[in-house]
Amino acid sequence: MPDGTPQGPEGDRIEATVRAVLTSMAGDLTAKESALLAELEGLGRTIARAKAEIAALKVEDIRDAHIPSATDELDAIVDHTAHATNEILDCCETLEQLQAEISGEAADKLQGAVTRIYEACSFQDITGQRIGKVVTALKAIEGRISAVVSAASGMPGPAAAAVAPAVAPLGDKRTEGEKLANGPQLPGSGVSQSEIDRLLASFD
Amino acid sequence: MDKNINVLIVDDYRTMLRIIRNLLKQLEFNNVDEAVDGQEALAKLRAGNFGLVISDWNMAPMTGLDLLKEVRADQRLKNMPFIMITAESKTENVVAAKQAGVSNYIVKPFNAETLREKIEKVLVHA
Repeated sequence: MPDGTPQGPEGDRIEATVRAVLTSMAGDLTAKESALLAELEGLGRTIARAKAEIAALKVEDIRDAHIPSATDELDAIVDHTAHATNEILDCCETLEQLQAEISGEAADKLQGAVTRIYEACSFQDITGQRIGKVVTALKAIEGRISAVVSAASGMPGPAAAAVAPAVAPLGDKRTEGEKLANGPQLPGSGVSQSEIDRLLASFD
Repeated sequence: MDKNINVLIVDDYRTMLRIIRNLLKQLEFNNVDEAVDGQEALAKLRAGNFGLVISDWNMAPMTGLDLLKEVRADQRLKNMPFIMITAESKTENVVAAKQAGVSNYIVKPFNAETLREKIEKVLVHA
């Protein structure tokens, strides 16, 4: 190999093909054509080197181990927070039963505290939806990595349809409700309750 | 405002159903039933006698918006007070819900006072 670049069988094949063409045409080539063929030979080496580098990165590890592990961890977070939230709600319901046995200011304070806990516990729904969005993003990355690995190895990859598209394809069969299901927005991205109230009032 | 009406709450998160049920109990609404998606909710609404629906948006196989459209298209259910409680907080979501006939819209996370205020408003106008 002229520049010592490891190429693998496909790189060898490209170089051999180019050399064969050069040899067979040696007497007929102009200087310009020779330069062009040399450029082609260099291009073949570059492609072979890129494939070797992708293979060395072991990107299939991301697909086979890292992403499944990450999604399992995220699922476990959702399960644990749901379990903890249910424990908290159990305690709140017990406190509400005890509230019936007291009266006056203490009962009101207890009621207020329990209400605040109920309100705070809605975090489980919001975080669950946020984690769901992350899992969806990871699965999209997984599909695209599979496609890259397949293209680099020359092996059959996932069908194009199996790789999650970045945008909805034409002929999208989803309902309006599904298309508009974006999940929780980041702080500052969505509209507040008071803005929603004003928006709804503007329809009246 | 009649607090003896049957209320259907719809959410795919069981903890959220439990939270809303308990908040409704504090507001003295004790006749509360639950569904975990729009399809189950629609079957319960058609079979039962409800006076208020409180629904999440993001559920499968039927979303809250699609449930709302089904309710408004149903001759018997079309005037049902329908409150959406959802984390969907884009303007396009609120507009789509209003165009579909939502009675009121609460964005998560919400507080008990907002829930009380919106329920009162829709039931007074029902």
